[in-house]
Amino acid sequence: MFSERCLYCHGKKEQAVSWTALFWKGESDLLCGACKAKLMVIHGDICSMCSRPLDELDSKFIEGDRCLDCVRWEKDSNWSGCLDKNIALYSYNDFLKELLSRYKFRGDYVLAKIFAVQLQTKIKRAAPDLIVPIPLSSERLYERGFNQSEALIIEVNHTPSHLLERIHTEKQSKKSRDERIHLQQVFKITDTDTIASKKILLIDDIYTTGSTLRHAGKILKQAGATQVQSLTIAR
Amino acid sequence: MRFAVYNNRLVPEPLLPSAEKTEPISKLPTIPLQPLNPDFPFNPDLQTILTGKQLLLDELPFELEEIQTHYENGFLAYRKSIELKGKQAICIRCGTKDPAWFASYPCARCKESCTYCRQCLMMGRVSSCTPLISWTGPEPEAQPAERILNWAGSLSKGQKEASSRVVEAVETDSELLVWAVCGAGKTEVLFAGIAAALAEGKRVCVATPRTDVVLELTPRFKAVFPHTTIASLYGGSEDRQKHAQLTIATTHQLLRFYQAFDFMVVDEVDAFPYSVDAALQYAVKQARKQGSALVFLTATPNQKWQQECLSKKRAFVTIPARYHRFPLPVPVFVWCGNWQKHLQKNKLPSNVLNWIKHRINSGNQALVFVPQIEQMEKLLPLLQTLHPDILSVHAEDPYRKEKVQKMRNKEVPILLTTTILERGVTFPNIDVAVLGAEDRIFAESALVQIAGRAGRSKNFPSGDVTFFHYGKTEAMVRARNQILKMNQVGKQRGLLD
Repeated sequence: MFSERCLYCHGKKEQAVSWTALFWKGESDLLCGACKAKLMVIHGDICSMCSRPLDELDSKFIEGDRCLDCVRWEKDSNWSGCLDKNIALYSYNDFLKELLSRYKFRGDYVLAKIFAVQLQTKIKRAAPDLIVPIPLSSERLYERGFNQSEALIIEVNHTPSHLLERIHTEKQSKKSRDERIHLQQVFKITDTDTIASKKILLIDDIYTTGSTLRHAGKILKQAGATQVQSLTIAR
Repeated sequence: MRFAVYNNRLVPEPLLPSAEKTEPISKLPTIPLQPLNPDFPFNPDLQTILTGKQLLLDELPFELEEIQTHYENGFLAYRKSIELKGKQAICIRCGTKDPAWFASYPCARCKESCTYCRQCLMMGRVSSCTPLISWTGPEPEAQPAERILNWAGSLSKGQKEASSRVVEAVETDSELLVWAVCGAGKTEVLFAGIAAALAEGKRVCVATPRTDVVLELTPRFKAVFPHTTIASLYGGSEDRQKHAQLTIATTHQLLRFYQAFDFMVVDEVDAFPYSVDAALQYAVKQARKQGSALVFLTATPNQKWQQECLSKKRAFVTIPARYHRFPLPVPVFVWCGNWQKHLQKNKLPSNVLNWIKHRINSGNQALVFVPQIEQMEKLLPLLQTLHPDILSVHAEDPYRKEKVQKMRNKEVPILLTTTILERGVTFPNIDVAVLGAEDRIFAESALVQIAGRAGRSKNFPSGDVTFFHYGKTEAMVRARNQILKMNQVGKQRGLLD
């Protein structure tokens, strides 16, 4: 699918030949220069726990190398240690918001390929035993036609382990932060046997409050996982 | 969703009484239609929403069982949205065939690899397991109106002739191109034809490429046709489920219609580059009924259409003069050398500079068109040293509206712009210049539209139009010839004073 057109804006794209392009089709050769420039790779000073860029945060929301949100999560005995670390690729700016919304709400599956190279690098570095997508409810899955987190795993040629199932069906985005954090059970485990002493990498599209990922992390740890990290496109 | 053909009927998998071999709809060789059962108590709400449309199951707020019973009684049809021919896919909704616009995904609905169309994705995804649903039962009855047209204005001689040709097209269900110069008053030319169609209970659609135009036309039509139900459709509009006698829509929205209209008007056909033309033709063909009336409106038909007019292959009528009976300003070509090189050195060719200084000194407002945003950004600070209130505007400018308003309020002496202001926007008394008229972006139609910005008001019917260039192009010559020709025809027909 080497195309002359940008996968996102369909504008003509200048052909740059690179070695990675021969093996992996990632952002660098699927997007045109203008779109590529709008994707902001997360780098520099970031929260050691959730990858949030710290330079755009007021200093009163930073404690040491962590953002205040993560400090609060870790102080809460309910949630401390549920998620070991979140790795994120890009800042959740207006461009990425639009891109991800077209990807998952409009269902433009092929956009998953944009993130393949970056995801592959991060997955390799994390070296997990199991890669677990955040599941959708069956209603939501039918509505969208695919699970956006699972698609990310498939598009880098890994095998998703479906260890989680959703209990609640209401849309996350319609709930307030408080509701999301204090909801009791969001997921249940489908296959308890495979989890003990495993390093697990959760995949989701966006880290917003971190609540979804911690809910998943909590039951995975309870089931015996030794490490639970997460990898998201946006933070 | 998967379907089976069972007892010569298409049945969705969840409604099958027994286990049958199922397929995504695009993989079924034929989809049987059912005969109409006139005694079937159909749901009038479904009729209202679905008549003349082609919608997805997700767009219909009805249970699958109810939709299926309407199908089984011949009141609706399931159609494929994606036609698969070997490896090639065709989008039945938007007509796309280019493989670059298709992709596939492992689908949770049909549990197979599903091919989807990315071209019309924003209208709701269609894929090889997505049926298009349309109404095949009787249409809702049109409400006959006492007095349809409520308009006291009068038409110019040129408008009158065009108007009666439009009425004739409606009465004979034929095709017509209305070639009306910028400022001729083409909307008024439609009123009599639309009224004639509505009087017979026909459904009418006015389609235009731009949302701005839909928003501008809607109140005008509502005032002129006060007793008619009117739907105004654009991305995000609220009239989506309304069944209306008169629909004003962006050409994009036509994709949701299927064999709906008895009379269709397509405004600004020239606003499309040739490549998009095929897609537009497809959408128009799908949305109108077979053998219905079709009127195209344009100020600048493309080469192909002009030739078809000249060789009498296309029925057309021209309004070669403006309603105020003054001739169109004719562009003057001025060679200005390598202006881009000048810009690099933060300079302007002296004739361009003089033209601008002259406007500033005389206090006459002007629009200056520049091919690229980057060049415009280079030019702006240069000109602002001449006058601090000079501004620039382009398509993605967040302050576009405000800047245009400032121009209207005469707070801006000179507004620099890309082709975004080439059409639609009218300032009563301005001069117009193009810097770099040789650029490919300035096609014949763009240049005619740009020249058409000047002399719009009857109080200021003339205006200077200058094309500064670094090498005259064929598009420039054609544009000027088109304008000269229109003035000549206008004079011959006694439409100019």
